[in-house]
Amino acid sequence: MGSPAPIKDPTMPAPVLGPGQTYTTVTQKLSAIITSRTPLGWIAALLIAGGILQLLMLSATWLLIKGTGIWGLNIPVGWGWAIINFVWWIGIGHAGTLISAILLLMRQQWRNSINRFAEAMTIFAVMCAGMFPLLHTGRPWVAAYWLLPYPNTMSVWPQFRSPLIWDVFAVGTYFTVSLIFWYLGLIPDFATLRDKAKHKISQIIYGVLSMGWRGSAKHWFNYEMAALLLAGVSTPLVLSVHSIVSLDFSVGLIPGWHATIFPPYFVAGAVYAGFAMVLTLGLPIRYFYGLHDYITDRHLNNMGKVMLATGLIVAYGYAMEQFFAWYSASPYEGYMMQNRTFGPYSGTYWSLILCNVAIPQLLWIKRVRLSPLWLFIISMFINVGMWLERFIIVVTSLHRDFMPSSWDMYHSTPWDWGLYAGTIGFFLFMMILFIRVMPVINIFEIRQLVANKSEHAEEAAASADD
Amino acid sequence: MAENLYGLLAEFDGPDELLKAAKDSYAEGYRKMDAYSPMPIHDLSESMGYDKHRVPIIVLICALLGACSGFGLQYWVSVIDYPLNVGGRPLLSWPSFIPVTFELGVLFSAFGALIGMLILNGLPRPYHPVFNVPNFERASGDGFFLCIEAEDPKFDSTETRAFLEGLKAKKVDDVEP
Repeated sequence: MGSPAPIKDPTMPAPVLGPGQTYTTVTQKLSAIITSRTPLGWIAALLIAGGILQLLMLSATWLLIKGTGIWGLNIPVGWGWAIINFVWWIGIGHAGTLISAILLLMRQQWRNSINRFAEAMTIFAVMCAGMFPLLHTGRPWVAAYWLLPYPNTMSVWPQFRSPLIWDVFAVGTYFTVSLIFWYLGLIPDFATLRDKAKHKISQIIYGVLSMGWRGSAKHWFNYEMAALLLAGVSTPLVLSVHSIVSLDFSVGLIPGWHATIFPPYFVAGAVYAGFAMVLTLGLPIRYFYGLHDYITDRHLNNMGKVMLATGLIVAYGYAMEQFFAWYSASPYEGYMMQNRTFGPYSGTYWSLILCNVAIPQLLWIKRVRLSPLWLFIISMFINVGMWLERFIIVVTSLHRDFMPSSWDMYHSTPWDWGLYAGTIGFFLFMMILFIRVMPVINIFEIRQLVANKSEHAEEAAASADD
Repeated sequence: MAENLYGLLAEFDGPDELLKAAKDSYAEGYRKMDAYSPMPIHDLSESMGYDKHRVPIIVLICALLGACSGFGLQYWVSVIDYPLNVGGRPLLSWPSFIPVTFELGVLFSAFGALIGMLILNGLPRPYHPVFNVPNFERASGDGFFLCIEAEDPKFDSTETRAFLEGLKAKKVDDVEP
């Protein structure tokens, strides 16, 4: 009697790993991305990203020569693109930590195939973010004494009651902890690459990076506990970072900023933007390297759902801002919201609503969540929408505050664009380099998925025998 | 010849076989041994008697140290070395010191988790005798190994080899020191 055709159980989620994977195939497929010959497409992509990166060099150099006057900053809008881009980039980073830490604590196995490049994305996004406040000072080399507490010849210290100093500590800690978490996950994979590498020099480099890892049971025992504890401390950390960024605004008294909803609203927005960027990068990587067995329909579906949920929280935030403006009965809050919705920047505001609230509603449809093309398009809209959100928050609140005599309009200059595009080039350049030298998918965690899968298969076979 | 050995390395088919072999060896009375696998296997190190977690206490100490140094730094700067009287507000305005205290607690505990794990595992360690076995490079890919070390009082190169072969090992290799 032939075995019956497998019936798809509708209550079971789609698999997180494609069929027919063994320890050998997983190891070979994922390490071959690095040990095989350099694809021409990779070189082309690196050159394009490297070209955009030159804009960063140019814009930053000219900025340091001339000062922040080359930007569109004025008084009252003293924050401009530098702070918009800072908040945008740091928000993008949040999805990486969410995937690697919070989903680890929740035992979500589908995270295993996307956590590595999401963590890399976090690190490069925080690097981009960090450049902006430093360059915004105009003279970063003199900014050190009021940003970092070190004994200096003037005997002055930073003001620890200011959210700007909290930001320095939050972002600095966030970057360092993300790097530690990333490296911890890479150690066993570096050992795999050390053993798979064909060239003597790459064997030595991966050997040094793997620190002599040999996969001993005692090592894994301590390793798993260290990873769990890092996830445990990263979870409150990631929530604190964007909360502290939001305090930069909400501790101020400017209309539209001084709101208690800011921390949760910023954190949800950060996760929203971050998942959009994970898809923006992950879908092309999946396509070009043929990783459909590792980043499956299940992943696309889940990421679509996370975006939908966080997008609704963000939409709730927009609604609450409108409500607060009315309910506070403050004429300044009321005017700010009227100016934001119908004033000179109303086009930007309604584009933001279109990108962040209207279009993502398509994610309610399952076919959209399973379609890479649709997801890519929607994630691009969200990337733009989240940038517009920060533009609206920074510019519409500042350009018309309490005193009509100090009102002004804000216009960006080509140097604003150049620096912003330059950091995108830097980000892509680093990501493309990363794909080539480090495993883009966590190999040992995929092996764990293989092990779990064969266990389930045995259980299923055993129950079928009964 | 036996004196020159580090131990015997047996290769097994998969995680379940390795776990069973480790349990059997422990039951047989072997203590100086270790298993090598390309991914963590639940219960494996516990089955060989290595079951005490020491990373958490390191992380806790580091977290407290970080939080105390964060608060201490702010207290010393804001109250002792550089007191600023802003409208008669208290110098020790502790609620505004919470963010930096928290962040430094997290920072120190992350270092504690990574460095504590490395120290407990004796890493970095570039050389180890098991790397001498040519097949061992598969321990980072698809190989599952159990090594019984010559230091073990019960170790005897002939008997231990026979014992490992009896556990259905695919292959048993001598490990040069």
